[in-house]
Amino acid sequence: MGSDTFVIAGEELESRLILGTGGVTNHAVLEEAIRESGTALVTVALRRIDPAAPGTLLDVLEKAGVRILPNTAGCYTAAEAVKLAHLAREAFATSWIKLEVIGDEDTLLPDAVELVSAAQTLVDDGFTVLPYTTDDPVLARRLADVGCAAVMPLGAPIGSGMGIRNPYNIALIREAVSVPVILDAGIGTASDAALAMELGCDGVLLASAVTRAERPGEMAAAMRHAVIAGRLAYRAGRIARRLHATASSPVEGMPTW
Amino acid sequence: MTTRVAVVGAGIIGLGIAWRCVQRGLDVTVYDAGEDGASTVAAGMLAPTSEIQAGEEALQGLLVDSNRRWPGFAAELEKATGVELGYRDEGTLIVALTDDDLREVRRLAGWYERAGQPVSPLTARQLREREPLLSPRVRGGAHAPQDRQVDPRRLLTALRHAVGDRIVPRKVTDLADVDADRTVVAAGIGTTTLTGLPVRPVKGQTVRLKAPAPPVRHVIRGYARSRPVYLVPRHDGELVVGATEEERGADTTVTAGGVLDLLRPAAELLPGIVEYPVTEILAGLRPGTPDNAPILGALKDNLIIAAGHYRNGVLLTPVTADLVAELVATGVPPQEIEPFTPDREALWT
Repeated sequence: MGSDTFVIAGEELESRLILGTGGVTNHAVLEEAIRESGTALVTVALRRIDPAAPGTLLDVLEKAGVRILPNTAGCYTAAEAVKLAHLAREAFATSWIKLEVIGDEDTLLPDAVELVSAAQTLVDDGFTVLPYTTDDPVLARRLADVGCAAVMPLGAPIGSGMGIRNPYNIALIREAVSVPVILDAGIGTASDAALAMELGCDGVLLASAVTRAERPGEMAAAMRHAVIAGRLAYRAGRIARRLHATASSPVEGMPTW
Repeated sequence: MTTRVAVVGAGIIGLGIAWRCVQRGLDVTVYDAGEDGASTVAAGMLAPTSEIQAGEEALQGLLVDSNRRWPGFAAELEKATGVELGYRDEGTLIVALTDDDLREVRRLAGWYERAGQPVSPLTARQLREREPLLSPRVRGGAHAPQDRQVDPRRLLTALRHAVGDRIVPRKVTDLADVDADRTVVAAGIGTTTLTGLPVRPVKGQTVRLKAPAPPVRHVIRGYARSRPVYLVPRHDGELVVGATEEERGADTTVTAGGVLDLLRPAAELLPGIVEYPVTEILAGLRPGTPDNAPILGALKDNLIIAAGHYRNGVLLTPVTADLVAELVATGVPPQEIEPFTPDREALWT
């Protein structure tokens, strides 16, 4: 079956699980969660951290040897998001940006119009743009068309832990775009992450499911296994769903007496 | 000859240790850098129940231990100084605004229970019987009877009285300049430059309002559309609303977003507060450590650390003062500080 590498914008990542840091204050717990998750890419909100300050969780990420993916969490307009992305590029010396432009405070759903506008600007400015988007296949295609390096549809609203509310749309997005699809937001537990991978997603991004779990390290390990299991199942080719049973052993040749 | 003890840092932790050392007959000098520390911004919740996060079981044991010491500590300090500390034991009401918030509160309640700190669930009606000014939109919550409160500024005043003229105004920048048999570093976020230990500033903004009369009796710890906030009432009508948690280095600017994040959920839970004058908006720097637990114990011979109390400095003052003074006086570390020593793995990985 050959190798199964996970590549974004020409860069290979060693894990298909991307971890968010929102909700963590305990650096020792975060360090354990990163280790147990096996992640190679961790996203950080520039709004919540001053990269120049000593002793922040950035030190934890550096020691863990993971790549940092700055995000524009907390932005409500394309203009704010673009400005923050430029600040992030300066501060973190990376042109990768997880683009979030939120349209509504209570649901934290993306604002599609502002999102495409910001994505276009940032692609033109030379960024590798990973946009957080709704589970709309048409919007996903638009984002891919303007040059985003991946699309990151939600399974359910951020922090809701509601899982994948519309698996059908996620499967459609997988067909609609050729860039990597990363399920972002809504993961509550391991089976949600496995389902995302079984639907054909190339990766899963999650934060609260681990950082707010009672034992983050254990949940991080569960997510690592879930993503691996889901990916293997997707590639292995599942059997068809049938209404009636099919015996797993043939009935021909059964001894008679 | 009497042992000469230097305490570097005149916050509540340093002064608490100094007071206990004086009681043990030691010759104590406290070096006061003259800068406002975290204790002047802190609200003063003594919350062994609702301050705990995942993976912090050892810390919780210390919080519970210190909470048990608080009634005696408060009584003794008030008697010694005549300063009333604003010590109160009504407990905390945990309040949820929406059904989502209530689910989160129930999840936390289950966890507190398993951690041996049970809370009693309350319906919305029961909450509003206890606190009639809570919003009618409140969906439910719980009572944490173990939680208490104290006014940290009064605590600081009392401890300064108790330690008296042993406090010397001097900012220590190098421990080699300190002449003493034993030195205790209780310098909060200043501990890093003095010792190299990993203590980082975690910014917290708080807002103080002044009500004509206290609008609530209990400390309120609320969740309003996933935004956490606490409201701490004082007898004189002061209401402390806190607190943000920001990794921004030593920055102490107050921001519109920080204030909004506090006042919005506060007003959703307790609508009447919008009428009150704002008396102060402050940002303080909590001394945080990698595992959120304090650093207590000897770093080397005759150099003892008591720092990094993060969100729990006020609550942990009695236990820190007792245990560190014992270590200073006897040279033998009490077994309670064993999980918190400066050589523990979490500080160095």
